[in-house]
Amino acid sequence: MNEAYLEIRNLTKEFLSEYQEEKVVAVKDFSLEIHKGEFITLLGPSGCGKTTTLRLIGGFENPTQGDIFLDRVRINDIPANKRDTCMVFQSYALFPHMNIYKNVAYGLELRRLSKREIKEKVEKILELVGLTGLSHRPIAQLSGGQQQRVALARAMVNEPKVLLFDEPLSNLDAKLRIRMRIFIRKIQQEMNITSVYVTHDQEEAMTLSDRIVVMNQGEIEQVGTPEEIYARPKTKFVADFIGKQTNFLTGEVVEKAGGKVKVNVWGKIMTFDGYDGFHKGDKVILVVRPEMINLSSNEGTFEGRVNLVTYLGSEVIYEVAANHQLFTIEVSNPLKHGIHHRGDKAFMNLDMENIYLIKE
Amino acid sequence: MTKSKRFVAYLKRIPSDVRKLLKDPFLLIGIILVNLFLFLFIVLPLFKIFQLSFEEKGQFSLGIFSELLSKNYNVQPLIHSLTLGIAVSILGTLIGFIFAYAITRVDIPWKRFFNIMATFPIIAPPFMMSLSAILLFGKQGFVSKLILRDIIQFKIYGFYGLLVVETLTYFSTAYLTLYGVLQAIDPALEDAALDLGASKGKVFRSITLPLATPGIASAILLIFSQSLADFGNPMILAGNYTILATQAYLTIVGMYNMKGGAALAILLLIPSLFAFCLQKYWVSRKSYVTVTGKPSSTRIKMDQPLTKYSIFGLCLLLTGIIFLFYGMIFFGSFVKLWGANHTLTMDNYKHVFTVGWEFIKDTLLLSSIATPIAGILAMIIAFLVVRKNFPGKRLMELVSLLTFAVPGTVVGIGYILAFNQPPLILTGTATIIILLFIFRDIAVGVQTGIAELQQIDPSIEEASTDLGADSSFTFRKITLPLITPAFYSGLAFTFVKCMTAISAVIFVVSGKWNLITIAILGSVENSDLSQAAAFSIVIIVFILLALWLIQFLVNQIGGGRKLKFEKAEALQSI
Repeated sequence: MNEAYLEIRNLTKEFLSEYQEEKVVAVKDFSLEIHKGEFITLLGPSGCGKTTTLRLIGGFENPTQGDIFLDRVRINDIPANKRDTCMVFQSYALFPHMNIYKNVAYGLELRRLSKREIKEKVEKILELVGLTGLSHRPIAQLSGGQQQRVALARAMVNEPKVLLFDEPLSNLDAKLRIRMRIFIRKIQQEMNITSVYVTHDQEEAMTLSDRIVVMNQGEIEQVGTPEEIYARPKTKFVADFIGKQTNFLTGEVVEKAGGKVKVNVWGKIMTFDGYDGFHKGDKVILVVRPEMINLSSNEGTFEGRVNLVTYLGSEVIYEVAANHQLFTIEVSNPLKHGIHHRGDKAFMNLDMENIYLIKE
Repeated sequence: MTKSKRFVAYLKRIPSDVRKLLKDPFLLIGIILVNLFLFLFIVLPLFKIFQLSFEEKGQFSLGIFSELLSKNYNVQPLIHSLTLGIAVSILGTLIGFIFAYAITRVDIPWKRFFNIMATFPIIAPPFMMSLSAILLFGKQGFVSKLILRDIIQFKIYGFYGLLVVETLTYFSTAYLTLYGVLQAIDPALEDAALDLGASKGKVFRSITLPLATPGIASAILLIFSQSLADFGNPMILAGNYTILATQAYLTIVGMYNMKGGAALAILLLIPSLFAFCLQKYWVSRKSYVTVTGKPSSTRIKMDQPLTKYSIFGLCLLLTGIIFLFYGMIFFGSFVKLWGANHTLTMDNYKHVFTVGWEFIKDTLLLSSIATPIAGILAMIIAFLVVRKNFPGKRLMELVSLLTFAVPGTVVGIGYILAFNQPPLILTGTATIIILLFIFRDIAVGVQTGIAELQQIDPSIEEASTDLGADSSFTFRKITLPLITPAFYSGLAFTFVKCMTAISAVIFVVSGKWNLITIAILGSVENSDLSQAAAFSIVIIVFILLALWLIQFLVNQIGGGRKLKFEKAEALQSI
């Protein structure tokens, strides 16, 4: 389990833009080890290089620098059609002139399997994705969800060493998207296929992944489990990109003893534990998620004024102005805690245990 | 809904449509006028041909055809035309495909150059290739006499000569059609096949080629129609290999046999219409290629040295041939007397601008009058067809597209039949030439307009109506500016076609109004090859100037949008 199955070392991809002779760095010094059976998500805003990374793994692009190893074999120079990877495309890329069966069987036929074997495999996978009995339907007659299943079946039926997903759910409606992502995760675990999945939807990344790779401007910002990425972001970018409306408070380390640091935030001294790498005088940022603040009408650390109240039933989202900064605060179970109104004075209490510090 | 139900629903809608029309007099008048024009200048001439061929002593009769088909000198042109059409369409499509594939799929250098070379024949007068064939391979030809010293005799007059020149002229149509089709295939499809283990050759055979097949069929049918309709090349090169289009002309002009000419025109019309219908209503429905709004990822281009350089070499060879043909005309236009005295001179151009000036002036004047009228009319028709509901709308669209399917010779004969007698005596006037120019190629303008309009959200126009504008105001202030690119593309296309027109207008020109194309034909017949070459170069220069001018106007008005001239041509296939 600890040995890397798919290993990417110092991968860099530069493009020459087509009209201006300008060099664009799409992926920069990207290194990652992926284990067998793992589900990895590349997450980041559009243009961050995640799709390029995926296409490099699939063999559709040649790296400018760096190496890719699959099952201990360097695959840089193996062309896409000889590589043991299969991709589920964003547009599905189903062959419009073939029916479902022909689409799914395409890769198997190239592998020169016997007719009987192909039939068995195709039928089995179609059953798995819930398309039994539709194998002779033309592609044009399928709904978006069905097309998605065919695309998945066509890639999986070849039992590739790595399955690649290029934002496969982005063309589905919200409800179907949620159903399909559970479906993909289940099938992936059932078949234990190593998977690399590209998305810009953090919720999708959270629900699907064993580990998430957050990318920005061609570089890795952080690699970690969904919990790590959310609770202990390494950079301000990750803290900001992941989660709904993250609040940032700035402060300065005024005292350090072992892993314990005392931080001055707006004149108040707060103590945090577990920061060996920090030094006295460091400027720090407190990552405060909306649910890490409690509101009280009579006592608390910082005083503010309620600016906006959004009532959602199970929770209330407040916008509170304090010290010339706006805070987003999420309070669950409002029936129990009571509701503050616009214009009310309110005190904010921070959940010191869960707040995380990063260096500025 | 079944067809009959849909028809009933359509009938039920008519009264409300008519009521709406009555409330909008501008629209009503517009529709009536457009229909009147279409009827007079497209339907009526065609009807006259049918009338003349099928009417015997006031009764319908097929007698003329049994007579025609029993005579060998009538059957032969039919067979010749069809054989040539099939050969040219297959060869032309093959060459067009090679260029389109090379430019869209192979990592070759000089793409821009190849693209220009592959589209150039569209703006050149169609019979230039024949002229060049004579300059190169004729009795006094550059290759046949000067280089090979008569060792080999080229049979350029007849089938093989026509095959070569028509292929070189019309492969551009295939190129543009297939370029569009190949470009529109989602790159992810080919990536997916590759990803599943297919070799590049297998991707080509199992994905690219099947997806391009409807496009290939379209290209074949389009070139087939163009070859059937070709007039200039066979006039020069056919020799004893008689062709329907020219035979019909010679029957009427040489033998004064109107009825026989009309019947030949119908023999020509039938396969053309057949190809048109096949293309429009069958092949284009089979298309898998849909243009989506999604940004397409980069396409992987073939880069194995062997494939790459063999395709590059092939493109180079083909462009070399095209270059040779056009270059020879350029060279020939500076030669004193082709075949006898090859000293360089400007005399031919002097002749063109003195004796020939009348021809140039008339051509430019008539083309410049016809072009904007045709452009505006095409946009009005497109607007009515896409945005308005009125009885007879589909018929109006069909009639406006019909001009595309009807060979020029047929139209020319129709015009002399229809406008040689009261109430409309137009023969010999400038009006009839202008009318021919306008209605000859209106189909392309209408097509581009329709395609452009369909992409514009109707709610934009509804908003204008909502704010109190009537349909005239909305059309002028909202719709027209939005379809400006299509409008200018239509203008460019129409102008080129006017400048290079010959097949239809040759029937209606008179001593008073003359056209350069006819002058060229005359020069060739008199063996004044150098003069013909100089005239051809002058036409091309004027066309390039006009295209430049239109592009300049687009830049001024449209904020620098690229003239979609090539698209106009490619749209013929949609």
